[in-house]
Amino acid sequence: MSLIPSFPDQLEDESIYIMREVAAQFERPALLFSGGKDSITLVRLAQKAFWPARIPFPLLHVDTGHNFPETIEFRDWLVRETGAELIVRYVQDSINKGRVKEETGKYASRNVLQTVTLLDAIEEFKFDACIGGARRDEEKARAKERIFSVRNDFGQWEPKKQRPELFDMLNGIIDVGENVRVFPISNWTELDVWTYIQKENLAIPSIYFSHQRNVIERDGLIWPHSEYLNLQPDEIPFNATVRFRTVGDMTCTAAVTSEAATIESIIVEILAAKISERGARIDDKRSEAAMEQRKKEGYF
Amino acid sequence: MDILRIATAGSVDDGKSTLIGRMLYETSSVTQDKLDAIEQASRRRGIDYPDLSLLTDGLVAEREQGITIDVAHIYFSTPRRKYIVADTPGHFEYTRNMITGASTAQVAIILVDARNGIAEQTRRHYYITQILRIPYLVVCVNKMDLAAYSEDTFTTLCHDFKALAASATYPEQQLTFIPVAALWGENIARKSDAMPWYTGPHLLAYLESIDYTSIAASLPARFPVQQVIRPKSEQYHDFRGFAGRVTAGVLRIGDRVVALPSQQKSVVEAVFAGMNQTDAAVAGQSVVLTLADEIDLSRGGMLVPENDAPQPVKEITAQVCWLDSTPLVPGKTYTLQHGVNRVKSKITEIISRISVETLVAEQGVGELRLNEIGIISLRLAQPVFAESYAANKYNGAFILIDEQTHTTSGVAFVM
Ligand SMILES: Nc1nc2c(ncn2[C@@H]2O[C@H](COP(=O)(O)OP(=O)(O)OP(=O)(O)O)[C@@H](O)[C@H]2O)c(=O)[nH]1
Ligand SMILES: [Mg+2]
Repeated sequence: MSLIPSFPDQLEDESIYIMREVAAQFERPALLFSGGKDSITLVRLAQKAFWPARIPFPLLHVDTGHNFPETIEFRDWLVRETGAELIVRYVQDSINKGRVKEETGKYASRNVLQTVTLLDAIEEFKFDACIGGARRDEEKARAKERIFSVRNDFGQWEPKKQRPELFDMLNGIIDVGENVRVFPISNWTELDVWTYIQKENLAIPSIYFSHQRNVIERDGLIWPHSEYLNLQPDEIPFNATVRFRTVGDMTCTAAVTSEAATIESIIVEILAAKISERGARIDDKRSEAAMEQRKKEGYF
Repeated sequence: MDILRIATAGSVDDGKSTLIGRMLYETSSVTQDKLDAIEQASRRRGIDYPDLSLLTDGLVAEREQGITIDVAHIYFSTPRRKYIVADTPGHFEYTRNMITGASTAQVAIILVDARNGIAEQTRRHYYITQILRIPYLVVCVNKMDLAAYSEDTFTTLCHDFKALAASATYPEQQLTFIPVAALWGENIARKSDAMPWYTGPHLLAYLESIDYTSIAASLPARFPVQQVIRPKSEQYHDFRGFAGRVTAGVLRIGDRVVALPSQQKSVVEAVFAGMNQTDAAVAGQSVVLTLADEIDLSRGGMLVPENDAPQPVKEITAQVCWLDSTPLVPGKTYTLQHGVNRVKSKITEIISRISVETLVAEQGVGELRLNEIGIISLRLAQPVFAESYAANKYNGAFILIDEQTHTTSGVAFVM
């Protein structure tokens, strides 16, 4: 007998309903695509929501330039597979234009910078809704957010002014300049995403599976060694068998030691894990309120 | 896997967030890094034990004030099922957030501080669980440690609560009482040794024993249309499907249906769930339906059985919970959203306001303010196909949207 719980089907029905509400209530929606498992799940849900028609909105990728190459490869493959439209905007361009300044120091990353690139893209394409793969189980500030999260003219989240959300009735009426962030998989947990990927037999980037990689150790976590990492003198790269639980930038996503080579063994591993998924994201550890602060600034 | 949706309720500081935090802790749903963070945060606040309410009180403002402001959605699972918990605020000012969290709940847990007994907010929240017709209600008498784990205290409180429940408008609600000390995990996920006189189940055991099946599937079929699917491809050139989520009942291939509001009739030809074809669509499922005939049906419309269709209504009497700091006044117009359908509406009259203290309906009130509950009548620009909330809760509620601010100002239940 397998100890792996089955995927709760209600979650898929709820998410598809939300996808359709976005397509119906907004003029220019976009799906924020990062190449990670959550956005892969979103793409699948969007395919199902509108099938046999094509996904009626573009995928928007904010490319920090610090991606795992495997993620970009996967992204391009998925776009060909689904026939979806892809828009890419680059943090490097924002840096070149002087919109943002590259961080320096040991922990330098472009995770915070991407907010500006995103807000600029929203303005450029006049997107009125952006669909994201954030889940409420990820982080305590996310646990507080609505499914339709209205952002003001500056893209900011105002936690004290959230609209009540009753039953499944979604109110996406906004003024010019405002936009809405939509989170169709709000009620999914990390485990639900994995059991869904298993059930749907979805392809995912290879870095989720166990592989050999050049890494360093820092603050008790394992970091992928890359040209983007500001290596300290005492940090010596070595080879290890690892995988990633979440796909972010190479500069802020830690790996876990793992032999898990199949979806099933990943699920077994997660069931036994003592560390949360975002525990491997250095950006959240900056302070107790890091996520809420970033959301207030326009972050996803 | 099955899902059970729970909402906490009760007056400010009665221990809702602590109870949920404790439940997460006891079911090993909290990872070590999160526990470490809570311990650190507690120490910074000068508390020498991990303050488990910090697991759900995630906003800076909440942590500063030690209260819940907005609803947090929390998840845990047991081998039996997945639980979705809405931890709601007790503070009067944030009642609208409590309603948001409770609207989808199948089980409400109302906490009562053993020392203080039933407060006005306890009553208000109880009343809201009644209006929402939440099928199960668990009253947790909390902080029993501060009442010397006294059986008398518990019995008295149960008695008081039952007196309140005697006036229930939804007597079918299943009522259960459990004495707990949330902070110490007494009767949360293990039987408490401190209260040997209590022979019932602990909270988790009770939740696990609930055998909830929604009645939605047994009601007449209601299929509100979200979108018309028209693929512009060679292969599906003539495809015209109706995308939506079945809110009630079942629709099968071959069923005779009528489209609302056009009143045109047809037959269900095919049912698509994602990329797969099936025979039937059951309440809760998101599907695409195709029909045998070309009929007039689009977003906001509804497909229903030919022999069991709801009536069009243009004048509605409804119970309303007001969620906006701008009061509801007669004569004002709002966008009314019933499911996914929006129409213009005008408040014709405030029939009464209900006092949560006495449950008496006061007549002759000029406005309904934030967090007040009343009965109103409205006139609609176009008819909707809503039914009484008591008869079909999946087709009996609507929201009112302010035409200037676009905020969701109220939620109403058709009488
Ligand atoms: N002694 C004792 N204290 C408790 C117990 N449960 C909760 N508390 C304390 O009561 C206070 C309020 O607890 P919370 O969990 O924040 O209360 P709440 O109901 O969530 O409050 P709001 O969400 O703001 O309405 C905290 O200081 C808790 O530590 C208990 O069983 N015993
Ligand atoms: Mg609380």
